[in-house]
Amino acid sequence: MKLDAKIPEGKLQDKWQNYQVKSQLINPANKKKLNVIVVGSGLSGAGAASTLAELGYDIKCFCYQDSARRAHSVAAQGGINAAKNYQHDGDSVWRMFYDTLKGGDFRSREANTYRLAELSAPLIDHYVQQGVPFAREYGGTLVNRSFGGVQVQRTFYARGQTGQQLLMAAYSQLYKMVRAKKVEMFPRSEMLDLVVIDGKAKGIIVRDLVTGALKRYAADAVVLATGGYSRVFRLSTLAIGCNGSALWKAHKKGAFFGAPSFTQIHPTALPQSSEAQSKLTLMSESLRNDGRIWVPKQKDDPRKANDIPEEERDYYLERRYPSFGNLAPRDIASRAAKERIDAGFGVGRLKNAVYLDFKHAIERFGLETIKDRYGNLFKMYKKITGIDAYKEPMQISPAAHFSMGGLWVDYELMTTVPGLYAIGECNFSDHGANRLGANSLLQASVDGYFILPNTINNYLANEIKADHPTIEHPAFDKAEQEVKSNIERVLAINGTKTVDHFHRELGKVMWQECAMSRNKAGLEKAIQQIKEIRNAFWSAVKVTGDSNELNTELEKALRLADFIELGILMCTDALERDESCGAHFREEYQTEEGEAVRVDEAYSYVSAWEYDSGDFKLHKEALEFEFVKPSVRSYK
Amino acid sequence: MQVTFKIWRQEGPKDKGAIRAYEVDGLTEDMSFLEALDHLNELLVLKDEKVIAFEYDCREGICGQCGVFINGRAHGPHDNMTTCQLHMRSFKDGDTIVVEPWRAASFPVIKDLIVDRSAFDRIIEQGAFISAKTGTAPEANAIPIPKEVSDRAMDAAACIGCGACVATCKNSSAALFTSAKINHLNGLPQGHAEEHKRVAEMTYQMEIEGFGSCTFTGACEVECPEGISIINIAEMNARVTKSKVLG
Ligand SMILES: Cc1cc2nc3c(=O)[nH]c(=O)nc-3n(C[C@H](O)[C@H](O)[C@H](O)COP(=O)(O)OP(=O)(O)OC[C@H]3O[C@@H](n4cnc5c(N)ncnc54)[C@H](O)[C@@H]3O)c2cc1C
Ligand code: SF4
Ligand code: FES
Repeated sequence: MKLDAKIPEGKLQDKWQNYQVKSQLINPANKKKLNVIVVGSGLSGAGAASTLAELGYDIKCFCYQDSARRAHSVAAQGGINAAKNYQHDGDSVWRMFYDTLKGGDFRSREANTYRLAELSAPLIDHYVQQGVPFAREYGGTLVNRSFGGVQVQRTFYARGQTGQQLLMAAYSQLYKMVRAKKVEMFPRSEMLDLVVIDGKAKGIIVRDLVTGALKRYAADAVVLATGGYSRVFRLSTLAIGCNGSALWKAHKKGAFFGAPSFTQIHPTALPQSSEAQSKLTLMSESLRNDGRIWVPKQKDDPRKANDIPEEERDYYLERRYPSFGNLAPRDIASRAAKERIDAGFGVGRLKNAVYLDFKHAIERFGLETIKDRYGNLFKMYKKITGIDAYKEPMQISPAAHFSMGGLWVDYELMTTVPGLYAIGECNFSDHGANRLGANSLLQASVDGYFILPNTINNYLANEIKADHPTIEHPAFDKAEQEVKSNIERVLAINGTKTVDHFHRELGKVMWQECAMSRNKAGLEKAIQQIKEIRNAFWSAVKVTGDSNELNTELEKALRLADFIELGILMCTDALERDESCGAHFREEYQTEEGEAVRVDEAYSYVSAWEYDSGDFKLHKEALEFEFVKPSVRSYK
Repeated sequence: MQVTFKIWRQEGPKDKGAIRAYEVDGLTEDMSFLEALDHLNELLVLKDEKVIAFEYDCREGICGQCGVFINGRAHGPHDNMTTCQLHMRSFKDGDTIVVEPWRAASFPVIKDLIVDRSAFDRIIEQGAFISAKTGTAPEANAIPIPKEVSDRAMDAAACIGCGACVATCKNSSAALFTSAKINHLNGLPQGHAEEHKRVAEMTYQMEIEGFGSCTFTGACEVECPEGISIINIAEMNARVTKSKVLG
């Protein structure tokens, strides 16, 4: 199968326009006859569901939480980017496009990335209209700040709760359409399989998490908006329920997986403090606007942070990357922290952290300003650690955070299964090998609000006359039966180890071998180890309770079974890519100073993996750079 | 660290529940309260027992999905904090910790510590939105909004929908939750067009759902993880009156 990204003709600036002009339209009377399933209620899912409903389609929207309002978009703290150039600091759509492409180390498509930047400004207009209380100047205009990897101020924010405020707007709009009876919302519902009929996506199998009943839903198109899968590392900044199951099931039904191993490790999370830890809390990157990162120059320095004099502190980001300093992109900042920690300069009880210090910022701007900017983050830090970060530096550490990888999609956001779309974090589209901070609330939102509602019609226009699927179709019987046997199989093992035990094992291997730095031998070993974990899981896991009831252990087990398989694919992908690019750092490909070495001649492509009965087959989408020349990414 | 958990177990909505005691050893002060329950659940699995059903998702105090009564207080011993942000260092070795679900007629128990808070979604459905369609927005800076106005809207908008306010209120009133949303939207120029309708319909839904009336005890604002102030309720009441006159 040849991958066709369906990039429209024309100059970069005209492509989206050109696409819309040529795309097929559907008249309002016909839209009413078309059903679309949206799995996910985060910014991408809620945005798509409400907008498609406004356009006239009938929508069913699903989420696993008890309410759509809890999708993990809610947890984003820092902000959302837009090329508004409100600060008059030389920003433009082009600059934003370029920053994003370069930030992603030239491993994404020019056309997609440009469209992301192009649609950013109208998105801020949209959210303001929906009542998002973005930060304002006294005069009433909107405020911006900087995020990593850029030199302009283009980030909009709502205190330290930007994601929550955007999600509240999206959730409100979703419920407006629930009230209009154009969206039917199914909370506490987990998609466990995709139904494909005659090669097209036509429905899903869902487990009702309260009663345990398996249910079938049919539609003319299926949209996955299920978020990131970094819980494959177990410890991550994601919510506990975040999963890769919907993607994995779709992958097994024919959707190619794009760049699965591209994972962002965030430099500023709270360090792990015990084996029993279930998640790592993020401290927003915005803190790096004013906080300075350092470790002691002396190994195992026994002194308290405040007792270490200036000249004995190593502000290693400022030292290594003088022009970006503490605002170096995430992958670089994380790796630099790992380098110092591994070299024995880590701080904290487990020596697994670095300092993030606000002393100078407080001296310069005053305590009140810092409180106004980050008050709730400092409060959160205190709640979790018991430490007052106005008085002593925070301790931070890298953590798995964001999946750049995801289902491969074309310019229309359609996967390789016709009628199956992937939007938001669950697709591989705009971020290349590394995502810039505050670009993914943006991506999830524009995918859902602006792009999908303008591309799905191009497919659905041809489905009006086609047979509308029904849940009696044998494909539904088969899919439901498979889900059922899988559940029965898990429950029947009745082994001796808990689900969490296996998740911890998987997490350790993934974190060790497939996170911030990777190498051939390690990845080969990891694949073996994960296969062993898979065998052990299927012979020794113990899940109590039944399938026909609310059973949180069973939910975890099913998610983990998919994560294990996904882990193997991630390591396979990382192993295949013999270069370092963005967050993918292969130790074999680095300069003497430890900077990444990209190999454009051989690897300027998106890897798209096809599931092949337990094995994976690689397809390549060549990346052509027509408008910019890939440069060596330097933040020095 | 070792503690005794006394936990509400209830098979389903129609079943009778009861408190059961579990002695748990091997905890550390750094563990979060929910991690301690995870730990207990792993022990239960190994003893071939069903796990305790409890809710959470983000585990960082923002999604609002967690929430239980701990020793008689919503979200545990501290003010203004979610259950997931509570750590075992807040307890002492040998403590007995009683854990129960939210108790409110409008939040029926589904299983063990899990309750049904969908009434909140239905209140939102009755007007907690601005009826503008995607694609119709004017330029964002076209309407200047003074910082104080925007900040106040943000204070109210911070609600995470956890339900602690209802659970802790002796009348099971949802006034804090509802007022926070109304004041967020009605406090902004974008929300003005629909302000009276919004107030009337959301407060009406609050009654239909069976939430009690507010008698200003102030118990809710103490437990609210976002520190939503009860001034919001007074402001909502004023808006209700105004909407009756003008709406
Ligand atoms: C802690 C944190 C902070 C962040 N901060 C920022 C920031 O400041 N700026 C920024 O731009 N980005 C940030 N990000 C990234 C950004 O928040 C996410 O990439 C984005 O919100 C993802 O949105 P989404 O709609 O794709 O998915 P989500 O919001 O994660 O939604 C996923 C939805 O899918 C549903 N779902 C998942 N699996 C299933 C299933 N099997 N069946 C049924 N439903 C399912 C869930 O219930 C949920 O409704 C942050 C991420 C994290 C974790
Ligand atoms: S008002 Fe406070 S306590 Fe009530 S639901 Fe909102 S956040 Fe929770
Ligand atoms: S688990 Fe999300 S607020 Fe506690």
